Amino acid sequence: MPKFQSAAELQNFRAELLGARDPARPCIAVCAGAACDGLDSAAVAAAFLAEVDRQQLGNKVGVRTTGCHGYCEKGPNVVVTPGDICYFEVSPVDVPEIIAATLKGEVVERLVYKDPATGAKALHMQEVPFYKHQTRLLIGDNPKLDPMKIDDYLALGGYAALVKALTTMSPEQVLAEVKKANLRGRGGGGFPAGLKWETTRNAPEKTKYVIVNGHEGESAAFMDRAMLTGNPHKVLEGLIIGAYAIGAQKGFMYTRHDMPLLEKHVRNALAQAAEYGLLGKNILGSGFDFECELHFDVGIFVSGESSALMRSIEGNVPEPRPKYIRTSVSGIWDKPSNLNNVETWANVPQIIEKGADWFTSIGSEKSKGTKLVSLSGHVVNSGIVEVPMGTPLRTLVFDIGGGVRDGKTLKAIHFGGAMGGSIPADLIDAPLDFDGMSKLGAPIGAGGLLLMDEDTDMVEVARYLMDFLTKESCGKCVPCREGMAQMLQILTGITEGQGQAGDIERLQDLIEVTGVASLCALGKTSGDPLKSMFRYFKPDYEARIAGGSDPK
Amino acid sequence: MGEEKVSGIIEKYRGQPSSLIHALVEIQHENHWLPREVMHQVADALQVPFAQVMQIASFYKTFSLTPKGRHEVHVCTGMTCHLRGAAKLQAKVEELTGLKDGQTDADAKFTFATGACLGSCSIAPELIVDGKHYGRMTPDKVEGVLKQYE
Repeated sequence: MPKFQSAAELQNFRAELLGARDPARPCIAVCAGAACDGLDSAAVAAAFLAEVDRQQLGNKVGVRTTGCHGYCEKGPNVVVTPGDICYFEVSPVDVPEIIAATLKGEVVERLVYKDPATGAKALHMQEVPFYKHQTRLLIGDNPKLDPMKIDDYLALGGYAALVKALTTMSPEQVLAEVKKANLRGRGGGGFPAGLKWETTRNAPEKTKYVIVNGHEGESAAFMDRAMLTGNPHKVLEGLIIGAYAIGAQKGFMYTRHDMPLLEKHVRNALAQAAEYGLLGKNILGSGFDFECELHFDVGIFVSGESSALMRSIEGNVPEPRPKYIRTSVSGIWDKPSNLNNVETWANVPQIIEKGADWFTSIGSEKSKGTKLVSLSGHVVNSGIVEVPMGTPLRTLVFDIGGGVRDGKTLKAIHFGGAMGGSIPADLIDAPLDFDGMSKLGAPIGAGGLLLMDEDTDMVEVARYLMDFLTKESCGKCVPCREGMAQMLQILTGITEGQGQAGDIERLQDLIEVTGVASLCALGKTSGDPLKSMFRYFKPDYEARIAGGSDPK
Repeated sequence: MGEEKVSGIIEKYRGQPSSLIHALVEIQHENHWLPREVMHQVADALQVPFAQVMQIASFYKTFSLTPKGRHEVHVCTGMTCHLRGAAKLQAKVEELTGLKDGQTDADAKFTFATGACLGSCSIAPELIVDGKHYGRMTPDKVEGVLKQYE
């Protein structure tokens, strides 16, 4: 195992790796993302390995278990390179046929994508409708690498951005580049990452921390864990570059405890990076020291809030604190702590490698780059989608998502989980953009997009979301703890046909008080789904209150 | 229970108050619940007040202060699962096991809990038993799944 003492050693190692790999040798990538895993893709991967072993084909064809490919609806997914031939809904019995075809350079046509309307087939990834409207800068490498192998990441050009930052740029230059790129936080707020970095960098304390927020508690948002499980080194590389720019000596990866593969991959990535000398003392001979520790959430939504998360890392109960002083100035153990979301960190290497000008050429006027979106709910093609910021929702919903399931019509699009909002179907041409979507009342949050069909009971949706948040409140602020309980009670009454005149006004009062008087975003924005409902779906509520229990 | 493993975990974090959550998570994973005497041992070894151990253990959903069943049955109640019929699935599990959310039966066979969101929304709604996912579930398939567990 190499322990790189310098950038040149890493570059030489990469050259050797590439020299030893034959790009023409076919490789079969079996997806082990959350949905495929749930469909027992492990059995498919095991069948490929067993068959390759049985026929002694080890030097003719490779088999790789990978992170999420994206098209979760049609899992288990298999992609064969070269050519990116996509097979869907693969089961272990299909394995010998796929191997035989792959060796002959042929395609198993019965397993490729077929257009549900025309029956037209699409063999290659870039021809499949779900993929062809996407720009997969972050998630696109997932099928190409084994997340357990740092060499796979290096072979794809991984850690080149770190080399560039450490050997040719000062920390100030790295910071300037990220600021110029106008990279905005992907966790929900859309706050410029560069400005946050600068605050931590300029804070007087010498000890500083950087944190990856991989908590992803937002319901129906699953892109961050796909990114972190499928390509942990990309996130880690971003973190190390950020730490260099900020002057941090230590980092924390904070993520979910309930995803065994995620834990395994991140733990392994940290160990491999340390072994290769990409973490630890004097990284690549630059004089920069940095280490990184793994932490887990322990099953409560509010621990994704930045100040609560930091309390949790300290070993305390994750109660948010007032942020008169930001965590970027006083965070973990009162030291300046810069926290960004998984996807934000994953964007950093490409910004350093290709430059801010390249990055700002993608996206809308004020939201740059691409955005990962988890597409689910009543959609035909659910999965993980990556599109440039500014892409119309119509493209996401229809061109990529294939529209609404079971031939129904679209009623609402919901963004941002339990603290997000729902907008009606006629706003479908709105662009995916931090500011635009916030104005409409459906802030993109972390990026969970749900379709709701014509039969969806909007009062019940609001009740469900309030029920979720009521259980997740940490209870520190009375307006959050009690205000939500009251809202839940009123909403439950309406759904059970016990609605009364004045309920809407009472809810509006409670939304206002809870919003103003709670410390953290959980309480502050707990009324946001309801606000969007009253803005766009008020007749549904009025009819329910007037007419008793029947939703129609 | 693996008493040796539990003491091993406690020893690993001796004298490290900030590792309280790490220690409790590992014990929970190993032992499936946190007996009171074990929490006392943790308090002594990590040099934190017992009250703080209790605060953490009772705050987070992951920790159980009562013994759990041999099999943990979850119904995901995340947004997509909800939209695609998780409530009916939950009702069916409750009917078959006689358990409400968070309960364990007298034979300690099943512990039932709802939870969200495991991120496999594309195969919603989901039933999860001991970490194994049963995607695209319908209420009529639940019995067949639960029968496999003794």
